[in-house]
Amino acid sequence: MNTMLLYSSITKKVLMALAGLFLVTFLCVHLGINLMLLKDDGGRMFTEAATFMGTNPLIKVFEIVLFAGFLLHILFGLLVSGQNRAARPTAYAFRNSSETSFFSKYMFHTGIIVFIFLVLHFIDFYFIKVGIIAPPPGIESHDFYHRTLLLFSTPWYSLLYIISFVFLGIHLNHAIQSGFQTLGWNHSKYMEAVKFIGSAYSVLITVGFSVIPIYLLLFK
Amino acid sequence: MNFTLKIWRQKNAGTKGQIVSYDVTAISPDSSFFEMLDTLNQKLIMSGGDPVSFDHDCREGICGTCSLYINGRPHGPEKGVTTCQLHMRSFKDGDTIHIEPWRAKAFPVISDLIVDRSAFDKIIQAGGYVSVNTGGVPDANTIPVPKEKSDEAFDAATCIGCGACVAACSNAAAMLFIGAKVSHLALLPQGQVEAAKRVEKMVACMDELGFGNCSNTYACEAECPKGISVSNIARMNREFLSSKLFAEKEKIIQDSF
Repeated sequence: MNTMLLYSSITKKVLMALAGLFLVTFLCVHLGINLMLLKDDGGRMFTEAATFMGTNPLIKVFEIVLFAGFLLHILFGLLVSGQNRAARPTAYAFRNSSETSFFSKYMFHTGIIVFIFLVLHFIDFYFIKVGIIAPPPGIESHDFYHRTLLLFSTPWYSLLYIISFVFLGIHLNHAIQSGFQTLGWNHSKYMEAVKFIGSAYSVLITVGFSVIPIYLLLFK
Repeated sequence: MNFTLKIWRQKNAGTKGQIVSYDVTAISPDSSFFEMLDTLNQKLIMSGGDPVSFDHDCREGICGTCSLYINGRPHGPEKGVTTCQLHMRSFKDGDTIHIEPWRAKAFPVISDLIVDRSAFDKIIQAGGYVSVNTGGVPDANTIPVPKEKSDEAFDAATCIGCGACVAACSNAAAMLFIGAKVSHLALLPQGQVEAAKRVEKMVACMDELGFGNCSNTYACEAECPKGISVSNIARMNREFLSSKLFAEKEKIIQDSF
């Protein structure tokens, strides 16, 4: 933590952006596997993919990289947000009314919501897989398919899941173009395209993940 | 026109401040914001009160001295103007106008609406000198500069250092100011000699002074009276990274005697 404090503001943000953009690419892989749940084959394809992700040695190494990415992004996020708060000890009495995108000012808050979801997600799946938490009766610790079906059979859980992904979408909408800006990749030629693709990607992630519980709730 | 003003009053840096309400009447819509405040101050002086202190100098939008956070926006509701270029016709008759000083740890309040912006001077000083040849006056265009680069450099150089970017930023970050200052020298051949060291030193100074980190909300660009683009922040980030990653390390020459 001490060395993290010593990094300059730009270095901290660049590391955070690199970790964040790595997590963004990971979401795409995760979505691809999750969408296999929609195939009507009793979860055979999904389970195969999940087994591959859980056993392939290269993926195992990447799992550590992924956890490191999460840790880096979260720790720097907390640190940077703390410093930002300290930079204005006396708040304005009148609410700021500058023309900015509303949610860009709430990256910390949306980040916290996504983090809470991440903890819940770990409790529901990862901790069961590694044996820290016992699986629910009748389901094996590696049986992600039936575990998912069981979770999504509860409407309030599905709703919570969808709300979390709406907040993740809001987070990503600003995050992707912001990451490019932090890394210095802002140019009049392509910045508009980056913003558009970033927004489209965040919509794709939110809709893509949300479609699964909605489909299961309506058709299963 | 008549207005109710809610103004931050603070005797000095050591005392606590508070919002005080004042009424001003019979204000011409063509009077400037400062003329309106002058009218209030005249009234306060006549009644034996303490006039409201605020920064101003050129009153034509070029010096960067004026400030004021008006109704939640630095330099008030109009785009691309400083407070001294703001007129009372921009408000509605009977409006309540909230006036606060810039708020940032690095900009402590000196009195009422005046803040100490010498942090910006310190950052400029940290940037250091620019090497120039001495001797006779050089011929014009001895150093070729592409027109596009000179235009971009000049756009960055229009920064008047007023601090609206810091005031508007939800993190009180000074990235647009330093981005502009780094850019206008980094874009020109004359600024190349010290470019790598300059950006590192200015960023280090900015961090030390307690400004926040940029979270790319772009409130700075929206409020900059000179319309300086956030692409200057990206350029500074590029300059900073290339300096950190590729610049030669400074050699420490040891005294051999």
